[in-house]
Amino acid sequence: MATEVKQHSVSPHNHHSELSFWRKYIFSTDHKVIGMQYLLTGLIMVFVGGFFAYVFRMQLAFPGQGIPLYGKLDANAYNMMITMHGTIMIFWVAMPLLVAAFGNLLIPTMIGADDMAFPTLNMISYWVFFISTVVLILSMVLPGPMAAGWTAYPPLSANGYPAQIDFWGSIGGSLWILAVALEFVAFLIGGINFLVTTFNMRAPGMKLMDMPITVWMMNIAVLVFMFSVGPLVAGAVMLLFDRSFGTGFYNPAVGGDPILFQHFFWFFGHPEVYVILLPGLGMVAEVIATMARKPLFGYKAIIYASIISGFLSFIVWAHHQFIAGIDPRMAVFFSFTTIMISVPFAVWMFAAIATLWKASITLNTPMLFALGFIGEFLLGGVTGIYLGASAFDIYAHDNYFVVAHFHYALIPDVFFGGLAAIYFWYPKFVGRMYNETLGKVHFWLTTLGFNMIFLPLFYNGLKGEHRRIFDYSAWPSLMSADMTQNRVIATVGMLILCAAQIPFVINMIHSARKGVKAERNPWKANSLEWVTASPPPHGNFETYPSVYRGPYEYSVPGREEDYWPQHLPQ
Amino acid sequence: MSHAAAAVDHQHHHEEHHHEEYSYTGVTNKKVMMWAFLASDCMFFGTLISTYIIYHGKSLTGPYPVEVLSIPVTTASSFVLLMSSLLMALSVAAVNRQDIFQFRLWIFLTSVFGAIFLGFQSYEFTEFVLKGVTVQQNLFGSTFYTMTGTHGLHVAIGVFWLFSWFVYSFFGNMKDKAVDIEVAGLYWHFVDIVWIVIFTVIYLVEFVGVKA
Repeated sequence: MATEVKQHSVSPHNHHSELSFWRKYIFSTDHKVIGMQYLLTGLIMVFVGGFFAYVFRMQLAFPGQGIPLYGKLDANAYNMMITMHGTIMIFWVAMPLLVAAFGNLLIPTMIGADDMAFPTLNMISYWVFFISTVVLILSMVLPGPMAAGWTAYPPLSANGYPAQIDFWGSIGGSLWILAVALEFVAFLIGGINFLVTTFNMRAPGMKLMDMPITVWMMNIAVLVFMFSVGPLVAGAVMLLFDRSFGTGFYNPAVGGDPILFQHFFWFFGHPEVYVILLPGLGMVAEVIATMARKPLFGYKAIIYASIISGFLSFIVWAHHQFIAGIDPRMAVFFSFTTIMISVPFAVWMFAAIATLWKASITLNTPMLFALGFIGEFLLGGVTGIYLGASAFDIYAHDNYFVVAHFHYALIPDVFFGGLAAIYFWYPKFVGRMYNETLGKVHFWLTTLGFNMIFLPLFYNGLKGEHRRIFDYSAWPSLMSADMTQNRVIATVGMLILCAAQIPFVINMIHSARKGVKAERNPWKANSLEWVTASPPPHGNFETYPSVYRGPYEYSVPGREEDYWPQHLPQ
Repeated sequence: MSHAAAAVDHQHHHEEHHHEEYSYTGVTNKKVMMWAFLASDCMFFGTLISTYIIYHGKSLTGPYPVEVLSIPVTTASSFVLLMSSLLMALSVAAVNRQDIFQFRLWIFLTSVFGAIFLGFQSYEFTEFVLKGVTVQQNLFGSTFYTMTGTHGLHVAIGVFWLFSWFVYSFFGNMKDKAVDIEVAGLYWHFVDIVWIVIFTVIYLVEFVGVKA
């Protein structure tokens, strides 16, 4: 081991000439620029999806009254908005933010590579995604937008199979399907790129078990996505044919089966939950280990557990269909697997808590969001176990209990996890420190607003508040004083959550211009992205690092410093 | 290999071959990419084929598959496609030993055989439409055309891809292109294997127990 390693002083990648503005910031092949493009697109789409949530929550609390910034909402627009809210938040926010943006920013820098394996393909991935975003927005403004919920179950999503197909009158919904399919193409291209990059471009000495947990999680997520996306694309193509050419794949009148679409959708849709969740878990674990100054507890156990959860995620999908009339014997099987899949995530939870045990914790903004993630996600996870039991699910599936459950799973992941990551790596990729006070205000207001929305909805759900109803005043039993009050509380919570994002936007923009210049390694973290300058130059590293140890060697006894970067020789 | 030894190995790699791509595993990036893509595409075809199987016998009106599928014609087209896989293997072998003349010959024939297969498919589709099987007619039509059409599209892309390598070989240097041909070959063999599944499951199994 005493072999001396001569660092090469001049990188072969530093001879790039100065690029024009367009090649540098718009059609760039640099993974950092592409990551930022994904991040910004995702953050802009948050506000579109959030605006829809604002409009329909206002309608639910104060039915039939004019909504500030929007006006009066009608039932069709309501249906369109809940559809687009789901679509945007999952496919145009969670995916680009957690997977595409941070995958692009972190994978090459964490494994010590100069860029992705296929930089041009990476650029194409973003621009396909961009086109899909434009198509999605067109689909909302053209006639006949998709209004069948983000799951787009036929026959509703096929306009009920009319005798005469009105192609142009329903063009919006068809474009919606096209947008989703295009988006999957973009992520498939991007994801395969991640996989190849991690496979082949790791720094010398970096074995698989020396990779930061984030890189592991990103790649498990990509594998899960790769194997699940085909069925949905095929299913979506068939739905598109049904809508546009009058085929009858899902039309019972000609022998088709609408439930088949549900199978295709959820065969993808459930693994998709883990595609989004795993990168979040990885990045939060990263923040926790760094801020607790302790080795990540059970690093290998987390990885094995996540791989197992990746496999299990393919055999739980029908738990979304317990109320669609599946065979009770199948329901038993899917209940069993669903409850089983909580075990790997319990492993993660225990590992995170064990990492925090007796640690000297720095409570800064990323750490607050990471800790918030643990607490909030627990609630989403535990209610998931209730819903896994088919007997309970049959009652709760179509009411607000399920709505509250999956928001408690996804918001901690996408927002708490995503924001922890944004704050944590902000100094690295922007090159300046964010404002800690504004960050903390952002955290506490977000937590308050988020819980105010969804805790009351658990209660309303159990009292029977059905989903996807535009105006509850037609159902007197759902208009009791406590339920009405809860709806108002939830809407006020939503307003707080919206307001909470103001300090965030100010912080991001202001700190990027006026913030304190960030050092290379402000958190004293171990992984390779902290070795290079902040922000990393084109080609990432001045000298390409070699790796000598795992990424979580914190507080090693006998060492003066409490961290031990991966690239330092013995 | 110890960490440091691997590191030294890497240094040499970087210093001596700036243009050759560095690979931790030794498998080239393009190959890993193609395998990953094919894995995903497998699930895509799997869905289309299983949809056909699920809806088999569910059509409410005719024509039914047993009335229109033609084993002799499809056997011929399947044979052509299988032979194109053999030719593809010959092209890869030729480019690996840098025998450009043979490479051109085999890759040209591969794409021609692919095109012949597409010709068979157009003939088959026309025949079916004349017999009343359209996409809208019944579930058999919908599932059959979606599945075989997607496969045909894959073949068409492959023919275009391989033929452009044939054209390229006259203008460009094939010296470091062996990997690209091999990757195109992986794709071509995959498309072939999918056809074997379709031919077996859709054509042959249909006539199990049917007296000629």
